[in-house]
Amino acid sequence: MTTVQAAVREHAGRRGTIFGDAWVMTIRLIKQIVRVPDLLVFSIVQPVLFVLLFRYVFGGSIDVGGSQADYVDYLMPGIFVQTLLFNGAATGIGMADDVQKGLFDRFRSLPMSRAAILLGRAISDLIRATLIFLIMLGVGILTGFRFSGGFWGAIAGTLVMLAFTFAFSWIGILIGLTVKTVEAAQSGGFIWLFPLTFASSAFVRTDSMPSWLQGFANINPVTVLVNSVRRFYLSDSLCEQFGVPALGGQLLQATAWFFGILLVFVPLCIRSLRRMSR
Amino acid sequence: MRREIPATGVVTRRYRLTMDVAVQTEGLRKSFGSTKALDGLDLAVPEGTILGLLGPNGAGKTTAVRILTTLLIPDAGRAVVAGVDVLAQPTKARRLMGLTGQFAAVDDYLTGRENLIMFGRLYHLSRAEAKRRADELLERFDLTDAAGRLAKTYSGGMRRRLDIASSLVARPPVLFLDEPTTGLDPRSRLGMWQVIEDLVRDGTTMLLTTQYLEEADQLAHSIAVIDAGRVIAEGTSNDLKAQVGGTRLVLVIESTQDVARAVEIMRKVGDGTEPTLEGLTVCVPVTEGAGVFAEVVRDLDAASVRIADLGLRRPTLDDVFLRLTGHSAESVDEPPTDNDGAAKP
Repeated sequence: MTTVQAAVREHAGRRGTIFGDAWVMTIRLIKQIVRVPDLLVFSIVQPVLFVLLFRYVFGGSIDVGGSQADYVDYLMPGIFVQTLLFNGAATGIGMADDVQKGLFDRFRSLPMSRAAILLGRAISDLIRATLIFLIMLGVGILTGFRFSGGFWGAIAGTLVMLAFTFAFSWIGILIGLTVKTVEAAQSGGFIWLFPLTFASSAFVRTDSMPSWLQGFANINPVTVLVNSVRRFYLSDSLCEQFGVPALGGQLLQATAWFFGILLVFVPLCIRSLRRMSR
Repeated sequence: MRREIPATGVVTRRYRLTMDVAVQTEGLRKSFGSTKALDGLDLAVPEGTILGLLGPNGAGKTTAVRILTTLLIPDAGRAVVAGVDVLAQPTKARRLMGLTGQFAAVDDYLTGRENLIMFGRLYHLSRAEAKRRADELLERFDLTDAAGRLAKTYSGGMRRRLDIASSLVARPPVLFLDEPTTGLDPRSRLGMWQVIEDLVRDGTTMLLTTQYLEEADQLAHSIAVIDAGRVIAEGTSNDLKAQVGGTRLVLVIESTQDVARAVEIMRKVGDGTEPTLEGLTVCVPVTEGAGVFAEVVRDLDAASVRIADLGLRRPTLDDVFLRLTGHSAESVDEPPTDNDGAAKP
């Protein structure tokens, strides 16, 4: 029997699944999180500065209803969401790095599921997001944030936020696959997040904005997500003071955004993956 | 200017698509925008041999490898690896081949051992099998001591060894090596040659792209020279050298007054062909290399010809190109897409 025939026979029985392959990729990326701590530190520094800036510098002159001491309760859900969205954008940098270094091509030359390369990336991103969230939660509690919506509210709000992170990381993946260089992913991956997070209810009430901006801010996915999280995290009385719209409507819109983003961006990522072969 | 050289029997294009031929392409065409990267490429690599794919940057070498390794879909033609049509059954084909590209594509933040285990798992070896295989390969490529270090701390030669080890995890019967020694220091290059020779002894079929005639000469059983996306010559390295004319003696003299005498002497030591004269440079093919050297120096001295420079010149890829295409290898414009891993227009 020739070498080729022997190999054909030996390999015939080996089959993988997309989830098995994605898990191998996830493990690889989780190791990277631990081994390149600078990346984690940098994704923490900015939101910590934002907390300090808004809590202690701007906070005094921002009126969201309720007493001054309550602003940190208003602020933190906004900070959490902003941090997690930036984390999703960082996905693009890692993706572009793999493409640039030729590692992506090696994976594509293996008998693994190609979609698993992306799925593993999104899953590891979710794990990193959870880690970052826990650190930011610690920062929030140190600066006075308290869950007033009860234990289950805290759990539910966190799950909604992390689900959104998962959806957002597909936007990051698409950017990474499209730009293909780390530098471009760095500059292009974040710009669009600034208007999205600032023209929202993350830091201030949208009814304090000019009416033309309110229109955008009120349907902005960041607004509906932050409002949903506030409704889960905070007591009803605090939410009423802050003028946070009722949970039902906000959560419905957030869910629509969640599925909308996945339905648009997952197929775009797959298409982008296919296009690499052209 | 295109010249045909006779088929040599080592590589012919008339193989049937059977197991005798481990790698075969037929009429591969691929364009990137208006650039034709491949223009009807036909290759065949008999099982257990190395085919050297020789050509300048932009000739289409990398594009051919990328198509064979399922990274790129051709516009036309077919490609078969280990009896599997790579276009029809890409996943099956990927199980049967390994790829070592121009960049050492390993994960910097994993250790050498972790890299190999990861690739083993992605070839769907069991956990235990992947570990065993990783240790085997670390041993074989002299990386055991560095096994627990992150790959980013490896030297260039070590990275390349880890890279080639990664492509061998599943013991593929067919291996594609895309410029495996580009950027390596001479010692690492010799090490890589040794690895390739060992692999072919074990029965691995390889397609090796290179820009160096010397490398193809050393390693390949047969060579296909490609230019502008098609094969312009194929055969053994001896066949190709015969085309180029073997070693030449090149003499540069100091004064035009000596030209006639210099040509006379060079004709005497040459292989019988008339010496060429260009300005003050006289050039003649010689059959035996160093032996003629002493003779020519003696004769020139006796005839009082002042020598500016004298040397033996072995045929280079450039000579092959000049002879076969009429243009030099270096002057070929490089399409932006070829040799550029990820980019496409």
